[in-house]
Amino acid sequence: MFFVFIVVVILTAAALVGAAMGIARLVAPRSFNPQKGEPYECGIPTRGQSWVQFRVGYYLFAILFLMFDIETVFLFPWAVVAGQAGAYALAGVGLFLAVLVLGLAYAWRKGALEWT
Amino acid sequence: MFLDYYNFEPLLAGIHAALCGVMPEWAALTLEGLAVGVAIMLMYAVLAVVLIYMERKVCAAFQCRIGPNRVGGKGGLLQVPADVLKILTKEIISLNRADRFLYNLAPFLVILASILTFSCLPWNKGAEILHMNIGIFFVLAASSIGVLGILLAGWSSNSKYTLIGAVRSGAMIISYEVSIGISVLTMVVLCGAMDIQTIVAGQADGWNIFKGHIPAVAAFVVYLIAGNAEANRGPFDLAEAEQELTAGYHTEYSGMHFGFFYLAEYLNLFITAGIAATLFLGGWMPLHVAGLDGFNAVMDYIPGFVWFLGKTFVIVFLLMWIRWTYPRLRIDQVLTLEWKYLMPTSLVILLLMTVCKVCGLTF
Repeated sequence: MFFVFIVVVILTAAALVGAAMGIARLVAPRSFNPQKGEPYECGIPTRGQSWVQFRVGYYLFAILFLMFDIETVFLFPWAVVAGQAGAYALAGVGLFLAVLVLGLAYAWRKGALEWT
Repeated sequence: MFLDYYNFEPLLAGIHAALCGVMPEWAALTLEGLAVGVAIMLMYAVLAVVLIYMERKVCAAFQCRIGPNRVGGKGGLLQVPADVLKILTKEIISLNRADRFLYNLAPFLVILASILTFSCLPWNKGAEILHMNIGIFFVLAASSIGVLGILLAGWSSNSKYTLIGAVRSGAMIISYEVSIGISVLTMVVLCGAMDIQTIVAGQADGWNIFKGHIPAVAAFVVYLIAGNAEANRGPFDLAEAEQELTAGYHTEYSGMHFGFFYLAEYLNLFITAGIAATLFLGGWMPLHVAGLDGFNAVMDYIPGFVWFLGKTFVIVFLLMWIRWTYPRLRIDQVLTLEWKYLMPTSLVILLLMTVCKVCGLTF
């Protein structure tokens, strides 16, 4: 049942986008002007490509995100049984989080969290 | 304890049985799928219109303005439908240097993420489109497709504004996803389940925010802040800081193409509020106080979907209040807030909740 409905939901999203775009393409006016296809840069022609290198700071945060997001994925099965497992669950997650917080502290100390 | 006046499950099962009686099962499923699809689209469109109207009125009230008041009577009720019609008739510009495939794919991904999460919301008992035992985890997983759409939109447009807007909002959204994940985790620890209907049913003797007291309230606050950032709304709307980035990642989109991003933004607001209402305020569960059976019985007469919509719109109003009260943050402030304050705080809350749960300090 679930897999039927997940397909239904995905198709619904496709239908919504398709239908709205279809209507817009039918109804909307089209006018042709070579200037229109240019990227918007306040009326000035763009210099060079826009697919350029950008600052590496974003990459650092992406790496940090990866670390902590994987951590939440690991913690979800634990969270379901945490209430029943009692003190055992607490000790386990304490150890797990300690390693993780050590990583965060290292990143913090190294200045990975600074945006300069 | 909980009286079942408004359970949709027998009704839906009855419809399914009746349909299977007159046609083969695959035909019945197809018909139901169509009905569900049309229902999702209708709800989606109606909610978007309601939310946009509400946002404009709330924003006007906070700024001592009147807001829309011309189209459709005194309240300007037809303003948003008129805007929807107008956006449909606007030209869709195709760019010369864009990556055409990714450029067209990006709005679809954004809409897909919001529809997938939207269909996980518990509207009522037995009225959940996607019901599964890892419900809340699926919500987190599906909602992170949205950031892919934003990054692709910014990258494929081949414009410098969109590129910077996209990486900024990408960095912000993935950062705050960590806090959302941990505060959801806190509530999973309290409920001992990931199934959304089980989480809601477990709140029959009091909502989670009362059952989990201090850690639950703290997790609620963290969730609201992070959810606001996740929905790309002020004070975290720096992706579209118009003074510096024109319109951020959707600068190059026009007409209905842009409309999808706009639609998804408002629905994401609703979904964020809906998940908050589900996890912390009991979803469709009426207000129950353990011990007061008469009071509980009276509350049970109000249908579940009224409760759900009521709670959700209260939280939506709260988020709009925040949006129109605080000034926009800078990117370094946004990232500092998340990584140095919100994330360590949410880890502490998680530990606190575990201690409370293990020691039996929750109600």
